[in-house]
Amino acid sequence: MTAIVGWLRKPAARRNVVGYIFIAPFILGFLFWFLIPALTSLWLVFQKWNMIGPPEFIGLDNFKKLLTDKLFWQALKVTTVYSAIAVPLGMVLAFLLALLMNSKVRGITVFRTIFYLPSIVPAVSNAVLWAWILNSDFGLLNALLHVFGIRRILWLQDPDWALPALVLMSLWGLGGGMVIYLAGLQGIPNEFYEAAEIDGAGAWAKLWHVTLPLMSPVIFFNLIMSIIGTFQIFTAGYLITNGGPQNATLFYVLYLWRNAFLYLNMGYAAALAWVLFAIIIGLTALVFRGIGSRVYYEEAG
Amino acid sequence: MAATDDRLSTQGSLGARAVSGRSNRRWLSQAVIWVVLVVGAVLMMLPLLWMVSSSFKLQQRVFQMPPQLIPNPFRPQNYVEALTYKPFHIYFRNTAFLVLMHEIAVLWAASFCAYGFARMRFAGRDLWFGVVLATMMVPYVVMLVPNFVIFSRLHWIDTFLPLIVPPFFGGGAFYIFLLRQFFRTIPEELADAARIDGCNEFMIYARIMMPLAKPALTTVAIFTFIGAWNDFMGPLLYLNSPERFTVSIGLSAFRSVLNTRWDLLMAASTATTLPIIIVFFMAQRYFVQGVVMTGLKG
Repeated sequence: MTAIVGWLRKPAARRNVVGYIFIAPFILGFLFWFLIPALTSLWLVFQKWNMIGPPEFIGLDNFKKLLTDKLFWQALKVTTVYSAIAVPLGMVLAFLLALLMNSKVRGITVFRTIFYLPSIVPAVSNAVLWAWILNSDFGLLNALLHVFGIRRILWLQDPDWALPALVLMSLWGLGGGMVIYLAGLQGIPNEFYEAAEIDGAGAWAKLWHVTLPLMSPVIFFNLIMSIIGTFQIFTAGYLITNGGPQNATLFYVLYLWRNAFLYLNMGYAAALAWVLFAIIIGLTALVFRGIGSRVYYEEAG
Repeated sequence: MAATDDRLSTQGSLGARAVSGRSNRRWLSQAVIWVVLVVGAVLMMLPLLWMVSSSFKLQQRVFQMPPQLIPNPFRPQNYVEALTYKPFHIYFRNTAFLVLMHEIAVLWAASFCAYGFARMRFAGRDLWFGVVLATMMVPYVVMLVPNFVIFSRLHWIDTFLPLIVPPFFGGGAFYIFLLRQFFRTIPEELADAARIDGCNEFMIYARIMMPLAKPALTTVAIFTFIGAWNDFMGPLLYLNSPERFTVSIGLSAFRSVLNTRWDLLMAASTATTLPIIIVFFMAQRYFVQGVVMTGLKG
């Protein structure tokens, strides 16, 4: 006891103790809601367990089952296609929008508000609203297309149209990405543009040689976050299409959800989660290797 | 604003004809931008306007083609009918309770941890901060199944506990990161002065840092509000009894029984969205500030 008290009198030791008291909530949270669940999940992947009876050790069977599970491959395909369309489309549009929002035109703050607002609409309200917009008989979208002479599209009943419909829905929320780009754009010092103008740079040259290089860390961050986000899409598929028609919107997390909480295949669901984790890590690594070196970072100053 | 003036004055040093040519082109490009923005804004607003407009319509008028923007007859009683069809007052109360608990948890835990990471020097600090950043990158899906197993072992299913206890432990890596960035911008001299006056680190955190961090804390509070109010998967997974439903779950349950009454569905959707819109307009400037503060600029 006296040894501990003596040790505590040392300033370095006291600093350590006080420091760890401050970050203790995080460390405990990391232990309870991260490390223990991760270990539980590692144990689960080797079990066949429905949460009611006793778990049964089945080795690598959950992973073997994945290889022949048609729905797993369908879910993977659907999610990959969704991500491959929604990520580039969303990023380019959000970036262009941010460029417009960065211009000094009348009423720009009103425009910023209008474009940002849809991105904070609650997911369920959003789903209810879009289920109706996409309704083939009396939805807003078909009514709008009718004005341009485009005939009725079965957005949610046609397997070819269901996924594009949900991509369209996701674009409505691009205001979230837009404000991140906008914050980045507003952080670019004006001297850079002035210097480029003195060198005779036009609007394109300024965009290409000043804006894009300086924005590359933000674009890079958004790209990775968008990939992670789109691979975990759930609510739209769950509420609007329920995975259909003909599994055209059976997103990966929706299939995982069904396995875990509908069929109670906890071991298989845990295996699905780890595979998704591996895919996301792999894609992130790929992005880092592919374009990470081209990202321009200012010298920390 | 001042920046634009600077740019204009550099242009002013060029010949007068060049200026008038440029200002014409400038005017034209502004007009083009404005037209693009107006068209875009109309498209973005249309779904929301349609939702609000339909929520006041007579049932049969909802499907009328071409759609009418101003409802006639105007029916505010849709709201009464929708929100009493299911006990939405309970859902709103439950959601408000969850939001409040999240606010307390996140504002305390995230700032407490952030102070440690921002201002204390101790062995292993940078390692643990690396862990904070790493947890931000891990998909929530990985934790979904094991967390459910653990919470069911604790007999926490169909209680609010799985939704309100975890945020008390750190409050979320993103918020720790955001507040740490902010604390680091506060001059160390203020804390030193307090130390000379006999304050310990906990007093400095509570009496000096917290009041100074109000803008950052407001940003965190808003993001927390939106996150907790909009959360769907958490309540869907852990709450089974209707008396514990949140507005999100209530709305989805409402839809599954009344999936053709679009007038009432739009009224319930609007009512669910309204608190978010109000918070947004009350605290608009903190949104962009929050994005800037995360230090995305590098």
